Amino acid sequence: MAHEASGTTHEVAHEVHDDHHEQSFWRKYVFSTDHKVIGIQYGLTSLAFLFFGFCLVMLMRWQLAYPGEPLPLIGQLFGDERMPGGTMLPEFYNQLGAMHGTIMVFLGIVPLAVGAFGNYVVPLQIGAPDMAFPKLNMASYWFFFLGGVVMLSSFFVPAGAAKAGWTSYPPLANIETMGQTIWLFGMVFLITSSLLGALNFLVTIIQLRADGLTFFRLPFFVWVQFVTALLLLLAFPPLEAAAVLQIMDRLADTSFFMPSGLVVSGEPLDIAGGGSPILWQHLFWFLAHPEVYVLILPAMGIVAEIIANNTRKPLWGYRLMVYSLLFLGFMSFIVWAHHMFITGMGTNLSAFFQVTTMIISIPSVIILSALFISLWGGSIRFTTPMLFALGFLPMFGIGGLTGLPLGLAPPDVHLHDTYYVIGHFHYVVAPGTILALFGGIYYWFPKMTGRMMNDMLGKIHFWGTLIFMNGIFFPMFIQGMAGVSRRLYDGGQIYEHAQGVLWLNEVMSISAWLLALAQIPFIINLLISLKKGKEAKDNAWDATTIEWAAAPSPPVGHGNFVTLPRVYRGPYEYSSPEAEDHDLPQHVPPKQLVAEGA
Amino acid sequence: MQIPYTTTARPDTGVYNAKLGVWFFLASEVMLFGGLFSSYIFLRIGAPVWPGELGGEMYVRAHDILNVPLATLNTMVLIASSVTMVMSWASLMMKRFDRYRLYMGATVAFGFVFLIIKAFEYGSKFEHGLFPSESNFLAIYFTMTGLHALHVIGGIIVNAYFLGPGAKMWKTNPQQFTNRIEVAGLYWHFVDLVWIFLFPTIYLL
Repeated sequence: MAHEASGTTHEVAHEVHDDHHEQSFWRKYVFSTDHKVIGIQYGLTSLAFLFFGFCLVMLMRWQLAYPGEPLPLIGQLFGDERMPGGTMLPEFYNQLGAMHGTIMVFLGIVPLAVGAFGNYVVPLQIGAPDMAFPKLNMASYWFFFLGGVVMLSSFFVPAGAAKAGWTSYPPLANIETMGQTIWLFGMVFLITSSLLGALNFLVTIIQLRADGLTFFRLPFFVWVQFVTALLLLLAFPPLEAAAVLQIMDRLADTSFFMPSGLVVSGEPLDIAGGGSPILWQHLFWFLAHPEVYVLILPAMGIVAEIIANNTRKPLWGYRLMVYSLLFLGFMSFIVWAHHMFITGMGTNLSAFFQVTTMIISIPSVIILSALFISLWGGSIRFTTPMLFALGFLPMFGIGGLTGLPLGLAPPDVHLHDTYYVIGHFHYVVAPGTILALFGGIYYWFPKMTGRMMNDMLGKIHFWGTLIFMNGIFFPMFIQGMAGVSRRLYDGGQIYEHAQGVLWLNEVMSISAWLLALAQIPFIINLLISLKKGKEAKDNAWDATTIEWAAAPSPPVGHGNFVTLPRVYRGPYEYSSPEAEDHDLPQHVPPKQLVAEGA
Repeated sequence: MQIPYTTTARPDTGVYNAKLGVWFFLASEVMLFGGLFSSYIFLRIGAPVWPGELGGEMYVRAHDILNVPLATLNTMVLIASSVTMVMSWASLMMKRFDRYRLYMGATVAFGFVFLIIKAFEYGSKFEHGLFPSESNFLAIYFTMTGLHALHVIGGIIVNAYFLGPGAKMWKTNPQQFTNRIEVAGLYWHFVDLVWIFLFPTIYLL
C-alpha cells in the first residue's frame, strides 16, 4: 500500500508536467487517447446513428400506415430504384428493415451504452487516470466508426443495402445482392471494435481500481459494465466465426449454410450442398442472446446510479443485485435456442432451453425488484434523470414479462415472428434502454460539460417520449396476438385475419412521427445547455460516488483527478446513520468526517 | 499522466495490465475457434459420409485427401517455434540480449517455414482441383487452416517487430520489453495450441 501511495504522488507530478504540452487540435479532439474525449466521440456518433436508424423506421411506418401511397414532399428524393414516384419498392422496404435493426443495435445503443457511458464514467468511478490501454481505446472507436461508414456505404452499391433482416438468415442472406457482403465486412469491423473495447474495460476495472476500492465497493454501474464487457468478449467471436463462414459461402461458393438440392427462382443452385441454415441460427443467437443483455444491463446500471442518488439512500440489496447480475451473465450463454423453437430442433432441446429461459428471468426480476424496493421510504427528488429512471422500471417490466410466453415453446409457436415479438423486444430496448440512456445523458451532462441541462425542456422531452413510445409499441402486442406477421411490406393488408387490427398501423405510425417531434426539445436542450446552461457545481447532484465527489466537472484533462482518490466505503452511503444522516462520499477518510463534525 | 501497473504487477491481482489483457484476448480467441470447431462438428454429424464425395469418388477417411506427413512436419515446426519463443523470453530474463535475438530470429524463421509448407499443401490441393467450393469437408479445412494461417502471419509480424525496431526498448525500459515478449509469447503459444487441436481433428479423425 505504501508503495502505491508513493506511485500516486509520482503520477501527479507527471500529470502537472504533461499539462505544459499543447496538443494539436487533431490529437486533442479527433485522434485522442483520453477516455473522456473518446467517450464523447462515441456518444455523438452513436446519437447520430440512433437518429438515422429512427429515420429509416419512420419511412417504413409511412408504407405500413398507407401502403402503396406515394410519400409526400420528400418521397421523390430517394430515386427511381428505391421509391419510383415516391412509392416505396418492396426491395427498399427490406433494406430499411434490415438496416434499422443493425444500426440501432450495433451502431446506436451498444456504442452509446458501453462506448460512451462506459468509457466516460467507468475510469472516473473507479478513480483511474484513464483506461488501461488508451491507444486500444482510440483504435476501438475508429474501428467502430469505420464499421459504421461501411454499413452506410452499402446503401449506395448496386441493388442497395442488405435485405435479409438484421439476423441475416441463410439461405436468403447467401443469395442476396452485394449489400449483404458489405454488411458482413461491416460486422467484422464492429466485432473488432467491441473486442478491443471489452478487454480494455475488463483490464481497467480489475487493475486500475483506486486504493481501497474493493469489488464490493464498486458502484453498480461499474459492475454492469464489467459483466457487459465479459459478454461482449465471449459472445461476439462465434458471430465473427459465422460471418467468416457466410463470407466464404458468398465469395468462395462454399456450402456451410446451403442445404443440398436448393432451388432458387425455379433454378437448382450449382453448389456442393450439404450445409445447414440452422447452423447460422445457432452461431448467430449464441451472440445475439447475450447481446440482448448487453443492451439492457448498462441501462440497469444507469438507473441504479440515478435511483440511489435521487432517493438519497443506499440501493436495496446491492450485493444481491451484483450476484444476480453475475448469474444473469452466465445464464445468458445457455438460452440462445429459445429463438429457434420452430426450427424443428427437437422437443428435448426445446425443453432444455425453455427451462434455462425461465431460470434466467429470476435474476432480472430480482434486479428490477431491488430497484423498485430502493424507492421505498426515500425522499425522492423528481429531477429529469430520475423521471427517466422511474419511467424505465415499468417499461422494462412490460418488456420482460411479455418475453415469458415467448420463452415457452407452446405459446411461441403461435407468437413466433409476429408483431408480438417486435413489441416485446422494443419494449425492452426502446422505452426500456433508451429511456435509461436519456436519463444517463441528463445525469452525467454536468460532469462532461460543467453545465446543467434545462429541467423544463427535459420534462417535456420525458413525457413526450414516454407517451409516444407506448403509442408505437403497445398496439404491436394486439396485432401480434391477432397473428399479424412481422416484415410484411404492406403491413398485413392481404391477410384476412389481420383486417380487424389494421387500423392500429396508422396509430403506431403517427406515434412514431410524434416521437420524432418529442425529441426536438432534447436536441435544443443539448445544444443550448452546452453554452448557455446554468453552471453546475463539481458535485452537481450531491452524489457519493467518486466521479462526482472527488473530481472537478469537467474532470482534469489528463488524469481526471487532481490527486488520485482513496476509497473508504461502499458507493451509496447516503443519509448514513453513522454520520447523523449526512451523506458519506466514498473518498472522504473517516477521520476527516469527524474533524468536519459531519 | 501515467497509467498504473503497465510494467509492474498490481499487488492484489499479481499481474501487469498487458498480461491480463492478452489472457482476455485469448479467451475471446478460444470462443472464435470454438465457434468454428462447433461448426465442424455440426456439419460432420449432419453429413451421411465424411469427408464424403469428391470428384466422383467416395472418401471415408480424411487422410486419403489431406497430406498427413506434411502436416506432421508442420506440427513439429510449430512446437519447435514455441520452444524458441520461451527461450527468447528466458534469455531476456537472464539479461542475455544476444541470445534473445538468436532465439527470436529462430521463432520468426520457424513461422515462415510453417507458412511455406502450408503454401505447398494448399498449392497441391488447388492443382488437383480441390477448392473450398467442392465439398463441406474442403470448405471447413480451408477456412479453419486459413484462419489459423492468418493468426500465424499476425504472430510473425509482432515477433519480427520485436526483433527489429521494437527491440530498441531493451535499452530504455528492459522490464517492459521483457513483458512484451512474454505477452507476445502467450499469443504465439496459443496459435501453436490451436494447430495442436486442428491437426488431429481435421487430418486424422
